[in-house]
Amino acid sequence: MAILVDEQSRVLVQGVTGREGAFHTARMRATGTKVVAGVSPGKGSRDIDGLPVFDTVAEAVAETSADVSVLFVPARFARDAMFEAADAGIRLVVCVTEGIPVRDMAEVAAHLAAAGTTLIGPNCPGIISPGRCSAGIMPADVFKPGRVGIVSRSGTLTYEVVHELSKAGIGQSTAVGMGGDPIHGVGFVECLALFEADPETDAIVLIGEIGGDDEEQAARYVLDNVWKPVVSYVAGYSAPPGKRMGHAGAIVEGSAGTAAEKRGALQVAGIPVAASPPDVARILGTLFAGAATR
Amino acid sequence: MDLLEHEGKRLFAEAGLPVLPSATAATSAEAREAARRLGLPCVVKAQVQAGGRGKAGGVRVCRTDDEVAAAADQILTMTIAGRSVGELLIEPAVDIARELYVAIAVSRAERTPVLIFSRHGGVDIEEIARDYAEAIVRRPLDPLLGPADYQVRDVLSAAAFDPRAAQAAGRSPAEQLAAVVRALWRLYRDRDATLVEVNPLALTASGEMVCLDSKVTIDDNALFRQGDLTSSRREAEAETRAREAGIAYVALDGEIGVLGNGAGLVMATMDQIAAAGGAAANFCDIGGGAGAATVKKALGLITSSPRVTALLVNVFGGITRCDEVARGLLEAFAETRLAVPVVVRLDGNVGAEGRAILAAGNVPGLTIAESAAQAVRMVVAAARREQTATVPAED
Repeated sequence: MAILVDEQSRVLVQGVTGREGAFHTARMRATGTKVVAGVSPGKGSRDIDGLPVFDTVAEAVAETSADVSVLFVPARFARDAMFEAADAGIRLVVCVTEGIPVRDMAEVAAHLAAAGTTLIGPNCPGIISPGRCSAGIMPADVFKPGRVGIVSRSGTLTYEVVHELSKAGIGQSTAVGMGGDPIHGVGFVECLALFEADPETDAIVLIGEIGGDDEEQAARYVLDNVWKPVVSYVAGYSAPPGKRMGHAGAIVEGSAGTAAEKRGALQVAGIPVAASPPDVARILGTLFAGAATR
Repeated sequence: MDLLEHEGKRLFAEAGLPVLPSATAATSAEAREAARRLGLPCVVKAQVQAGGRGKAGGVRVCRTDDEVAAAADQILTMTIAGRSVGELLIEPAVDIARELYVAIAVSRAERTPVLIFSRHGGVDIEEIARDYAEAIVRRPLDPLLGPADYQVRDVLSAAAFDPRAAQAAGRSPAEQLAAVVRALWRLYRDRDATLVEVNPLALTASGEMVCLDSKVTIDDNALFRQGDLTSSRREAEAETRAREAGIAYVALDGEIGVLGNGAGLVMATMDQIAAAGGAAANFCDIGGGAGAATVKKALGLITSSPRVTALLVNVFGGITRCDEVARGLLEAFAETRLAVPVVVRLDGNVGAEGRAILAAGNVPGLTIAESAAQAVRMVVAAARREQTATVPAED
């Protein structure tokens, strides 16, 4: 099962002819992902190493029944590309592109929600169900198939944590990198709900960082809705306060979003907070050992 | 990018929001001349990107042009929240009957813009929220449509205007406020703002609505289509150079230079350095897909700080290719000999190739670590050695 993507997923790549698009398309294919099409406006009717390239998403979907789209489109064209994907009936849009204006993302979030299309990202590493499907840029060789679900705000931290889990023999069902932009698609709460319902996931790792209140919301959600064990890690205790949101922003969000506050909220909800990436593996190892002896 | 009050007010005027005639001044002579033109009494205001300006004495009401010159001289020497005042805004003083608050900002939680209004304005929104929480109107807006008519009516009813209040040029306060909300939305949308705040939005004794202050933040990601605004950005030089190279860089107080890819990984690295007894000299994220040239620029930025006694490069490649990072490091080290010990940890996307390239480079003073934890231990120890080495002996 895993969540959102598995071996049934048919992946198309928007922006397939760009440098990053071409590089990561080849990597996704190398991991065994069913990449069925590429889209690049004005560059259709050709193929790249046997992968058919189309001018439009609608054509690609009609010809290949693609249901997941991964975007490597430049920031200023990303809004239009996501509209096109949703309107062509794509089920899941994974937007890797960074630097998309907030206004564009607010419009995309509204349009995709109305179209019933799920969004991951933007400014994210995508999603991987190890051994089944990689839709994005996660380095597949770090992952190992297994039964721990991961949802994270940070790409490289995810790899770091997964690296430790895999070394400790703890495999993963699905890892979702939700991206760090203020307006993004699925978040902690949506992924916690999906993992809780997934019979192939036994435990969940939540990786947060400073800013916003996603971790606080996740903590509240876990308290009433999640029965599987959750382990967390938060980065940024020693980070500078950075560019603070305006005063109105502080009111909108209700919290300054420091790492210490997030750790507090998670601990109150009974979620262990790891001290470092290797510590996540240690805590999970203890949990599983405890479950095995009971 | 945060705009200064007068920059924000220029956008206000373009969007049709009511602002007073005004002039900027950089000297007391200019301030005196501006006051003469605009009329007395007038207000002299420090132009700084910081809150608490009024409390710090950066806003003065003046009745004579001598008072204007004296206030200008004084305010121009002030430092408010760590920023020196380089510029003043001179505006005529108005007779204020009521002060309101109105803003549009981004709500992460709702994934939409949100309209915020309070009938109590003039003080910080934190104070308004504390003292009059029940009087705050907060409405998520459709990003494609903006404020709906019923949402504007919510704001008007919360304003609770006196129906017998004075009317300016035949327009009631309610009509003027409705126009302000709509103009504010146009500005927010057309200018790619992430925050537009009017505090106070004043109703004058003669029944006119006027924006007495402006606070505008423009989305950095949208500057490509807001070309006329980029000239007004002011930043520390290092941070500007970094941004131009696609690098996120913030100077800090510690002694260990940090270079990594991904904000989360860099923050986690800083946390682990702190846990091991060291302190980071900077935050430096080269972002996804960084090439050799970017790595070189980042190294130049970090090592330009004299406080750096050791450097940690922590890269876990997803979109970033470790071979590119390794080549960038070698190029940079070929041009400028290492002044401090460097510990490198490369893993992920073509990690083995990256480590091989780096090892073949045989750079003196460079160590390749096996893991992030080992890299942190090594760099903290190296920084300690450097520090003790540079401290002169006691006798």
